[in-house]
Amino acid sequence: MQLQAPPTLPFPYLETLWLQVTGTLCNLTCKHCFITCGPNNASHPMMTAAQVRASVDEAIGFGVREFYFTGGEPFLHPEIEALIAFVLERGPLSILTNGLLIDAPRADRLSKLAAASPYSLDLRISLDGFTADQNDPIRGRGTFEKIIAAVTLCAGAGIDPILTITEVVPATEATLPAFQQLLANSGITRPRLKFLPPLRLGREARRDRGYEDAERLFDGDLLPDEVFSLACGTGRMVTAKGVYPCPILIEAPGARMSDHLTDALQPIQLRHQACYSCHAEGLRCRT
Amino acid sequence: MPNLKLDHAPPQRIVVFGGVYNNHRSLAATLAEAQRLGADEMYCLGDMGGFGPNPDKVFPLLREAGVHCMQGNYDHSVGNRLEDCACGYTDPRDNHFARISYDYTLSHTSDANKDWLRALPTGFRRTWNGQQVVMAHGSTRRTNEFLWSSTSPDHFLEHLLRDAGADLLLVTHTGIPWARTLSSGRSVINVGAIGRPANDGNLHVWAVELDLTTPGAIRHRFLPISYDHAALADEMRDERLPEEFVATILTGWWTTCLEILPAKERALGRF
Ligand code: SF4
Ligand code: SF4
Ligand SMILES: [Fe+2]
Repeated sequence: MQLQAPPTLPFPYLETLWLQVTGTLCNLTCKHCFITCGPNNASHPMMTAAQVRASVDEAIGFGVREFYFTGGEPFLHPEIEALIAFVLERGPLSILTNGLLIDAPRADRLSKLAAASPYSLDLRISLDGFTADQNDPIRGRGTFEKIIAAVTLCAGAGIDPILTITEVVPATEATLPAFQQLLANSGITRPRLKFLPPLRLGREARRDRGYEDAERLFDGDLLPDEVFSLACGTGRMVTAKGVYPCPILIEAPGARMSDHLTDALQPIQLRHQACYSCHAEGLRCRT
Repeated sequence: MPNLKLDHAPPQRIVVFGGVYNNHRSLAATLAEAQRLGADEMYCLGDMGGFGPNPDKVFPLLREAGVHCMQGNYDHSVGNRLEDCACGYTDPRDNHFARISYDYTLSHTSDANKDWLRALPTGFRRTWNGQQVVMAHGSTRRTNEFLWSSTSPDHFLEHLLRDAGADLLLVTHTGIPWARTLSSGRSVINVGAIGRPANDGNLHVWAVELDLTTPGAIRHRFLPISYDHAALADEMRDERLPEEFVATILTGWWTTCLEILPAKERALGRF
């Protein structure tokens, strides 16, 4: 008898398809990156455009509702804009980006792609502090300026990005107003902020600390409706290497579920230590 | 035809609405409009409380008019005396305002009305003019799923309606009305909300009329409902509800709980 079994999470339906379009390739090497992405990490290769389209179509067959492009940095994909157009013809899309590859012409093209679709395009740009002193030690020297420049370009093109902030520095009373002011100064009139807890995986485990032994989930820990807030409850992640339960575990040993979505739409055991963060911090990966 | 019983005659005209949010003045106006149109049935898809003043005022109106009422997520929370509205906001400002309206609604709703909310059904299914009509609060699979137009792709709606065995699906929960006919011929109508304007700078609210007078067809029409919004604003101030809520009633723009809006819907609002 195993008293300390992890909880089993049911899989009621497929709502969200995550696509690791650029694999683990990134133009930054953030110190808190939970999948150790960077210019030299090819552990998950870039997906081909054909792979992306096939996964999208397969998910549509299961009634998927929304799509997410992530990486790495999605805008490193040579066919990214064609893929954005492809998805936006079929449903809403969120793109998780560091913003560095958004220049004025691209902001303009993204705005046109968004306007041409009946569905929402949400750009999520990561920023890890409201000053360069806070952000740059984490995301890299000079990145604060570049991220703010991208946000400003998006605002000018009529896109209000969502600023995604990992709470590497715990928030204080001053945090929220400071970010709101920063957005206002960048020309954003409808501020959207999303705070995420750090995940103690990848480089973050070395920057701060990894999980302690007690930080894991056991049967009975889950709240009644938690399946609907966990990314793995109604979503799956597809990379060039196959299907994973969520965007967090793509480098976790043994997390890979299958080659095809159809074999991955089933209950999973929340046996990874990152699952503890999702539960304890109420993490919602979705926009 | 000997057994033709008129009291079981199928309805010809139906008014459907949702999202009352304590707004007894727009509710009274909606019921008056339904009467004027000669509606023989009325349906409320839930969320009686939140946002507006004096929660207990909507219940006698709903009951006396014989409205078929459904339990929304807010009604579930209030009915079961839960600690919060389970709206699931992550933005601290949104949480702040959600807390104010929930605490106010919970403490100003009588026990009898809470019990009534707790006992409400969570969906309706009807066969009208040979069509399967399904009504749900958020979606057929989850009370608090938001069906926004810009995040509800056609293929997804087809899937949802097929699973629910619905030719026509009616929902609320988002507060912004829309309707779409799918390539299969199935349709979805989000009836919007009568409790507050639809974040478009207009002061009226929305309900939906279903017209069954054409055999085999269900035609719908969105009904703009005007009401004494200035009186509601006064009442909200008397109850010391946040000026941010009052501003929405007086301007037609949402000022709080905006994080739930997808990019497209958000871009149409002022804030
Ligand atoms: S956190 Fe994002 S931007 Fe930074 S290295 Fe990882 S994938 Fe790249
Ligand atoms: S890490 Fe989080 S999202 Fe991924 S499987 Fe565990 S609980 Fe689910
Ligand atoms: Fe609701």
